[in-house]
Amino acid sequence: MDIKDVENLANMVRIELGEDEKKELLSDMKNILGYVKQIEEVKIEDINPELKTYNVWREDEIIPREFSRELIADQFPNAQDGFLKVKKIL
Amino acid sequence: MIDLTTLTIATARKKLDGKVFSAVDLASAYLIEIKKKNEGLNAYLEIFDDVLEQAKVADEMIAKGESYPLLGIPLAIKDVILIEGRKVSAASKILENYIASYDATVIVKLKKQGVVFLGRTNTDEFAMGGSTENSTYGVTKNPNDTGRVAGGSSGGSAVAVAANLALGALGSDTGGSVRLPASFCGIVGMKPTYGRVSRYGLIAMGSSLDCIGQIAKNVEDASIIFNAVSGHDILDSTSITDIMHPKASLKKIIGVPWNLVNGEGVDLKVQENFKQSIEKLKKLGFKIKDIYIKNLDIALAIYYIIMPAEASTNLSRFDGVRYGLHKDGKNLLEDYLLTRGAGFGKEVRRRILLGTYVLSAGYYDAYYGKAQIVREVLRKEFIRVFQDVDLIVTPTAPFVAWKIGEKSDPLSMYLADIFTVTANIVGVPAISIPSGFVLVEGKKLPLGIQFMAPHGGENLLFEVGKKFEEML
Repeated sequence: MDIKDVENLANMVRIELGEDEKKELLSDMKNILGYVKQIEEVKIEDINPELKTYNVWREDEIIPREFSRELIADQFPNAQDGFLKVKKIL
Repeated sequence: MIDLTTLTIATARKKLDGKVFSAVDLASAYLIEIKKKNEGLNAYLEIFDDVLEQAKVADEMIAKGESYPLLGIPLAIKDVILIEGRKVSAASKILENYIASYDATVIVKLKKQGVVFLGRTNTDEFAMGGSTENSTYGVTKNPNDTGRVAGGSSGGSAVAVAANLALGALGSDTGGSVRLPASFCGIVGMKPTYGRVSRYGLIAMGSSLDCIGQIAKNVEDASIIFNAVSGHDILDSTSITDIMHPKASLKKIIGVPWNLVNGEGVDLKVQENFKQSIEKLKKLGFKIKDIYIKNLDIALAIYYIIMPAEASTNLSRFDGVRYGLHKDGKNLLEDYLLTRGAGFGKEVRRRILLGTYVLSAGYYDAYYGKAQIVREVLRKEFIRVFQDVDLIVTPTAPFVAWKIGEKSDPLSMYLADIFTVTANIVGVPAISIPSGFVLVEGKKLPLGIQFMAPHGGENLLFEVGKKFEEML
């Protein structure tokens, strides 16, 4: 891992970083990854390593729930006529 | 004057119902205490301005003859749980002025009982930390020694209860965030079985680990809060029913993973105190069994892969578009970069980057994929061990509360979670109960003991916990 990796990650997660912080993060991440790396050494014996995760769905029926449109709209950073206003994407 | 130091939820209930004092009297007593102490301790980020109005409503309910276990009881709520119409910031700049548009399920349940909400309490930003030092709004101080941390991330809730600024509190526990501060502050903190308390309306960190926990002065009070907020909820897809896990019969055997307790990094004072606790459990008639849990020592590594992975995903929603902080740039991409750059603190950035790294192509299998498999192996190992023992006992933390600013290296702070993360990884319930004090630099600092029970075994924790408490 080097400073380029940190820059690349920061760009992917949309966080602007200063130069000093990049260096600091690089050193922290090296430390932490060095610690969690021990997971590689764990030997898995006689279990079926397949993970049995599954989705939990609810019935697709309409259950009316009250929300305050006003409270939600009040949180919009930018709004027009009660709608959320965003910058153009393309 | 109401003596808040000896008051518990159970005794307050009797006095409220018996009209010894009113809910308004009680709330006023807490407001006075908060005014005196909160500035120095920084437990609350906000005291709600309608506390007395809430108490009046509770008094009206009492006058009508209504009685619920938490009617008129003043509680503190961690700043990650949504209460409609009130600010909730996760102690982050990115949500500084965010107002919740709905109630969390736990809040709906507490409101039905007529709880008086005193305020929202300090936490590490997005509950990421073990000391409440990562809060945007300043560190919370330990009432036993204000030069030391309160533990975290639910440090504000723990201090509120420990310093008599609330009768009980809710926190959240992803890797020990309720149990650790409870231990550092000398009170009771509990993390339920994964799914037993709905997380609808809890600001998410690591969704496969997060639990809403209960903080109280004693085990009975913790059980009262737990009973009030638990139960299946259709709004949380990971919510479980109370009958999902079969009840085990008591064998009167307690397991201790001595190799971990006596391992590297555990303070000798903690080990000594723990041995004394074990003697107490023997006096209570429990047989102590030395247990070996395979891969227990790897739990922390599993945790610091899975948690950041999930956190990085959960925190992608904070983008300055729909709510929260917004920094304006030349285009949408710049909006994102500036908003998230300015809104997230250091530890949060660290975990987002780390989580993204372990999930990225080329590293996914080695880190996240492997961690998921080892997690499943460890879960099965716990189920196996619980066939032979009722409870597993460890210290809650490997050391006492550290001095504010002492642990600047993130990894050294992460090691504080060594005993607590396992319960989150395998999903079992766990409780931290005070186990005495040690004298450090002239100050009496509390220690805690952690009991873990099989899935769905909260009642066992309460039963044994109450007995242990009486031995102190």
